[in-house]
Amino acid sequence: MQIVMVLLQLAWRNLWRNHRRTIVMLSAISVGVWAMIFMTALTRGMVDQMIVDGIKALPGHVQMHNPNYLDDPSINNQIAFSDRELREKFDDAGFVAWASRVKVPAVITSERDSRGITLLGIDPAAERDLTFVNYEQVDGRFLIDESDKGIVIGRKLARTLETEIGKRVVIMSQDPDNEIADRGFRIVGLYTASTGAVEEAYAFAGKATLQKMLNIEGGTSEVVFIGADYRNVDSVYETVVTAVDDSVVVNRWYDVDTYLGTMMNVMDGFVLVWVVVIFLALSFGLVNTLIMAVFERVREIGLMLALGMKPASILGQIVIESMLLLALGLAIGDLLAFATVLPLEGGIDISFVGQGMEMFGAASVLYPKLYMNDIVLANAVVLVLGFLASLSPAWRASRYEPVEALTKVG
Amino acid sequence: MTAVRCVDLCKTYRQGDQDIKALDHVSIEVAKGGFVCLSAPSGGGKTTLLNAIGGLDIPDSGEVYVDEQRIDNLSKGDLADLRLRQIGFVFQAYNLIPVLTAEENVEFVMQVQGVAAAERSEKARAILKEVGLEGLENRRPADMSGGQQQRVAVARAVASRPALILADEPTANLDSKTSDELMQLFTVLNESHGSTFIIASHDQRVMNYAKRLIRMLDGRIVEDIDQRAA
Repeated sequence: MQIVMVLLQLAWRNLWRNHRRTIVMLSAISVGVWAMIFMTALTRGMVDQMIVDGIKALPGHVQMHNPNYLDDPSINNQIAFSDRELREKFDDAGFVAWASRVKVPAVITSERDSRGITLLGIDPAAERDLTFVNYEQVDGRFLIDESDKGIVIGRKLARTLETEIGKRVVIMSQDPDNEIADRGFRIVGLYTASTGAVEEAYAFAGKATLQKMLNIEGGTSEVVFIGADYRNVDSVYETVVTAVDDSVVVNRWYDVDTYLGTMMNVMDGFVLVWVVVIFLALSFGLVNTLIMAVFERVREIGLMLALGMKPASILGQIVIESMLLLALGLAIGDLLAFATVLPLEGGIDISFVGQGMEMFGAASVLYPKLYMNDIVLANAVVLVLGFLASLSPAWRASRYEPVEALTKVG
Repeated sequence: MTAVRCVDLCKTYRQGDQDIKALDHVSIEVAKGGFVCLSAPSGGGKTTLLNAIGGLDIPDSGEVYVDEQRIDNLSKGDLADLRLRQIGFVFQAYNLIPVLTAEENVEFVMQVQGVAAAERSEKARAILKEVGLEGLENRRPADMSGGQQQRVAVARAVASRPALILADEPTANLDSKTSDELMQLFTVLNESHGSTFIIASHDQRVMNYAKRLIRMLDGRIVEDIDQRAA
């Protein structure tokens, strides 16, 4: 222990009295660490946003359907439980939020154009935490209650249909008898979503109004549940499964949207690969500088050996120096990452490449996200690989013969 | 009592196609408290002998004893320990660790020995005062003259009171006045501390200060003179 303290003291002095070399190394490590964390935060933010948007559009964390609904999302495949039964089962189950919906394919027609959409009949109060729509940012207004007679559509759909708030549109779908069910709705609001594709895909109406239009009094086609964390939905899933019978199927969000589920798993692997790749690039510089530092100090190391320092202590000193450098570099890099990511967590506008981003479902505002796990991973990778990288020059230094090292021309 | 005993040491170096006999059946004994100068022209074997005595180089054959302990068969780690605890070194050049101050350089050996900070600081300051460097404790080697640097090296060599001090051409880079001062310092330390000094040098002034002069040529001892009797 005593020798470690001595080596620590000597290593610390060496670092600060060779300040130019130390500053160059610290800069390289800090920038590398910052880049790792910053880029990871950007990537995490982008993927998180895609997943959260994906979940909000509209699978929730866990959802329940008629077993045939996912293959044929028509109104014929309703859930066997009535609204009242659902409320009895789930109102006190401890979810962050849950809601039942009528969700059918429909055609919306304005006086200019028509489009196929997914029509959602919702209870706005229950849906608030489940949807991607920010009620307060809707142009006009959002639905007031489930009996609201108006309809809310996306801005882009309104542009496509060449219609606007206050105008009427006709919604056409099928009832359980496969008869045409249609109704005129007045547009009461236009919502904004992260992508134009979403704005074109969904329209919202009151659940009771839609049930009446479709002749399914009290009927529901989808129930959605939200827990605390989209990465950990098993407890929500178990609660729902326990409460229902096999007349319905219950799925986790990543089972329903396998693209998003796979993306989350790929992302976790990608972050590790990303961090390791950046460090490998950084480690060339680290090893090179450490080897140069050892070459520069051949005579000094020879002198220390001649004066009675053991080879193992020389090895220890070089490794300790490297680890101190890495620890300082990590601290600075971490601080830089916090200092640059936290102010940007409100969002970075990347609308100038927004169309390209939309192609793979990303929003035009990027919200960098710092995860403690990612920071710990980056720090651990740097420390472990840095330790391994420092072993070679340290081993080389400890193998010097003192007499030969002392007579080396510096 | 014997401080150093070498028995039939041989060491050959290969230089290009040639074998150079640096030590050719060398045997010597140095008593404790001795003040010996090994003198030889360049390539005469004095540094090789000094390195063999200090455990910095292993002879091809023969035996080396320091304080009656055989050292030529010790491991690297044990040799390092021997140098740390029993031998003080003064080299011709590059004697000091450049990033350390004079006081830290003097403390270095004691620090590795595990001497407490307060004790080694007190000892380092006292010995720096003794070698005439009071007030220069916080200077780094680059800010000191060659003579001052050699004094710091001497201070470091004697600070932990080793039984044996080995100096290799300690005056080679010094002017005559500084060389004289350094040799006077060696003499005082030899007498006051009782340490054994073995100095390799072909500087006549160093030879004059030595109590015993051993001349070498081509790796062999050719003359061994007790200068106190002369």
